[in-house]
Amino acid sequence: MSNHFVSDSSVLLGRSLRHITRSLDTIITTTITPIVMLLLFTYVLGGAINSGSESYVTYLLPGILLITIASGIAYTAFRLFLDLKGGIFERFQSMPIARSAVLWAHVLTSVIANLISVAVVVLVAFAMGFRTSAGLLAWLAVLGIVVLFTLALTWIAVIPGLTAKSADGASAFSYPLIFLPFVSSAFVPTGTMPGPVRAFAEHQPVTSIVNTIRDLFAERPVGSGIWTALAWCVGILVVAYVFANVIYRRKIS
Amino acid sequence: MTAPAIRVRGLRKSYGKLEVLRGVDFEVARGSIFALLGSNGAGKTTVVRILSTLLKADAGEAEVNGFAVAGQGADVRESISLTGQFAAVDEILTGRENLVLVARLRHLKNPGGIADGLLERFALTGAGARKVSTYSGGMRRRLDIAMSLIGDPQVIFLDEPTTGLDPQARNDVWKAVEELAEQGATVLLTTQYLDEAEHLADRIAILHEGRVLVNGTLAELKQLLPPAKVEYVEKQPTLEDVFFSLVGAGSRGEGR
Repeated sequence: MSNHFVSDSSVLLGRSLRHITRSLDTIITTTITPIVMLLLFTYVLGGAINSGSESYVTYLLPGILLITIASGIAYTAFRLFLDLKGGIFERFQSMPIARSAVLWAHVLTSVIANLISVAVVVLVAFAMGFRTSAGLLAWLAVLGIVVLFTLALTWIAVIPGLTAKSADGASAFSYPLIFLPFVSSAFVPTGTMPGPVRAFAEHQPVTSIVNTIRDLFAERPVGSGIWTALAWCVGILVVAYVFANVIYRRKIS
Repeated sequence: MTAPAIRVRGLRKSYGKLEVLRGVDFEVARGSIFALLGSNGAGKTTVVRILSTLLKADAGEAEVNGFAVAGQGADVRESISLTGQFAAVDEILTGRENLVLVARLRHLKNPGGIADGLLERFALTGAGARKVSTYSGGMRRRLDIAMSLIGDPQVIFLDEPTTGLDPQARNDVWKAVEELAEQGATVLLTTQYLDEAEHLADRIAILHEGRVLVNGTLAELKQLLPPAKVEYVEKQPTLEDVFFSLVGAGSRGEGR
């Protein structure tokens, strides 16, 4: 049974990747909102924001990448919901395949789709004047954090994907995730915020992740911030993974 | 005598306070077609979902192909295929890709060849390269059933296979079901149509409010009622006769 896990997962991964290549518009629409924010904040609001020595687009990009991922995973929940609704989920579950392969195929597809979106946004940022001195290692570290963050949010997305009653319900959960970066260091330094807001901003996951990516792009020492960022990603990942699997197991038995 | 392909004893299932199954018993002989007849809400789909390991029963025993659905789920899934109430096909893939997908998930050699063979058999060859979202209801259903036949499962569950189909598509499905049984598969189908059970099934069980009221061959069920009276009635053509004489019984729905 589970000895087919790898081959079943890759067959199902091929299936959902085909869904993505046949509806590239979902990847495009995922990137539109972040790109518009990037333009708006850089060219309209950015001039009034003191981001220190970096150009504002360079300062802004890490937060925009997180917003890209947060809106991208709404499609993960949506695709999973459609599979459940359409009955093909039950077809797979009644077949002699590794049952967890069905979920993993969606999760891996989510990571690949989000990496494509992130790459598109990074290219646009380059065109707008984003510059980095990051070497290969720093880029790999950024990639690692982005993948880890995507995995964590994807496993969160699996939960509404499995439990939602409607397509809107399946993707609505992502709105708070998209707005979380606004109350963080993603757009403005937290130093200007009033006390309680600042306390929240400095202790929520986005700030540590954004600061770490920013430091990596600037080839600055990341300090202990990277451990806070990783701890948040892994922590969210583990909790969401456990919850999603409990729900999944209840669903299929 | 060989063991029955399906054996169900004292099956019970409730959703909250709603008792859907209240002690269901039946057996299905190997290679036969068994119809579970009942109106909406009688519990037919619940029985099929339990037998195909998608749902756990609250009480009772169920065996498929000699394996207990509770405990030997993986072995049961090796033996069965399920065609649910709504065509479980991938809309974004083509018909052929759907078939290849299932063949690969069943770890079969030459998935492409299997897909082409089934497209041919279900008169879908011309539509094989098209996205399923462009298919008609009948074509979808044919593809759905074709997907269920991959890997030659010994026991086939068909949950209301003809609900929502036009008469031609329904006849196509009936023919496919008969062919399956001829090849030695055991078929359990649920239906709310009396004529479907009458036309296809070797044995019929009537499920009502979570219990099997009667279970027997068509002849046995007919004996439950007072003997038939002989009446002379002028035979009027049914609307179905008219329909087929106009559109031609042999015409297939491909391309619609």
